[in-house]
Amino acid sequence: MHEAFVEAARTWSDESIPSRPTAWLISTARFKAIDAFRRDARLRALHPTILQHIEQLEDYNAELTERSIEDDQLRLIFCCCHPAIDPQIQVALTLREVCGLSTDDIAHAFLVSPATMAQRLVRGKRKIRQAGIPFLIPEPAQLPERVEAVLAVIYLVFNEGYAAASGENLQRRGLSQEAIRLCRLLQALCPSAESEALLALMLLMESRRDARIDAQGDLVLLGFQNRARWDHELIQEGLTLTEQALKRGPAGPYAIQAAIAALHAEAPSSDETDWRQIAALYQVLVAQNPSPVVVLNQAVAVAMSVGADAGLTLLDTISDEPSMKRYHLYHATRGELLRRKGELDGALVAFETACKMTQNDAETRFLERKLQELTT
Amino acid sequence: MKYMLLIYSQEANWTEQERIECMTESAALCARWEEEGVLIAADPLEPVETATCVNKKEGRTLITDGPFAETHEQLGGYYIVDVADLDVAIAMAKQLPPVSKGTVEIRPITEIPQLNGGQ
Repeated sequence: MHEAFVEAARTWSDESIPSRPTAWLISTARFKAIDAFRRDARLRALHPTILQHIEQLEDYNAELTERSIEDDQLRLIFCCCHPAIDPQIQVALTLREVCGLSTDDIAHAFLVSPATMAQRLVRGKRKIRQAGIPFLIPEPAQLPERVEAVLAVIYLVFNEGYAAASGENLQRRGLSQEAIRLCRLLQALCPSAESEALLALMLLMESRRDARIDAQGDLVLLGFQNRARWDHELIQEGLTLTEQALKRGPAGPYAIQAAIAALHAEAPSSDETDWRQIAALYQVLVAQNPSPVVVLNQAVAVAMSVGADAGLTLLDTISDEPSMKRYHLYHATRGELLRRKGELDGALVAFETACKMTQNDAETRFLERKLQELTT
Repeated sequence: MKYMLLIYSQEANWTEQERIECMTESAALCARWEEEGVLIAADPLEPVETATCVNKKEGRTLITDGPFAETHEQLGGYYIVDVADLDVAIAMAKQLPPVSKGTVEIRPITEIPQLNGGQ
């Protein structure tokens, strides 16, 4: 170990301190010890089996180091995603500390200035230090709720990369891929049905990424996507994971959403989709989490399986929700269902409202096209 | 690390029976935590109507009846604990009876060695 410190002092400059000094020191110490044995030709001659033993030990130690690096990463994930930290800051901290993204890149992805993002990161680190947030893998009793917090961060990062709320880029692939990588890591180190289900859900959503955007950079709705452009390798993995997650016991929210995404992925076309089962799955989701957004999705599935009228009836149940009044997709859905019923005036008003609500350029173009179709 | 657990709830939300039950359960928790050596102090506070506020502005002292702010929930008691980290403090807060009626705020205590006669 002493020789390792000498080596460290010799080679570490300020810029090149290994990211994990402890592991580096331990492994360096190990190699130094082996070198010393190897140098001693006399010892080697006397004990031909010693070297073999040492090499076995070396393999074992390498495995231990590997495991301790993984444990450290897991601790870091739980630390950055601690529920005592503001969710926005959890996301920033995770991308910075776990994924190693630069402050500038994170700021760019979340459309804030680098100074604002740097401030968020400082606040997060200060909270960790001053509030005494532990650098530990949570106790088994706390694990489910803590994993839930980590998954929430991962899904937030994914969605931020999948559909941006504003700005020119509808999709920021990098963030979604980081989220998938994080979820794979979590699933490898701390497997659970819900992280498996979230991974499945994200892979199935990701499989449609290229088909969601046309040559002009405009949004293409699921029903109109060229399904040949879906990534079938991702779909296959997503379907397998969904099945596994569903077998693990009572389905949580991610597993149900993955099951819905899987039904879409398996359908050769929008018309051949099992909308009845999708509507039923949304019903389960609404029972678990009665949020207006879920009801909105349920209304679409019901409209597809039963009819526009039934869909509109469901939309009426959430029409007074402030979050829906501001949500462009609520108005766009209403417009589409009214159009199908032939109530073109009502459809026009709904699409116009939707157009005013969206901040995303690609979505605005999509809605403007809808309006044009209605008026010509 | 030392933490203060501040108990906030709406005073009007408690029936006399609930108050008594809360006191009994809290006393039992205190006895256990004392034995484990993690409890430094704990006390319930008299109702907020007994509060007095003192405030000095431009050399003039102002004394008023009632709490500092008309808040939704009132401070009803506190615990001071000495534990390893925030997760332990959270686990303790979860066991406090008022947690299902109000809110427990966990604040790390700034440690200044010179204070308290250098203890």
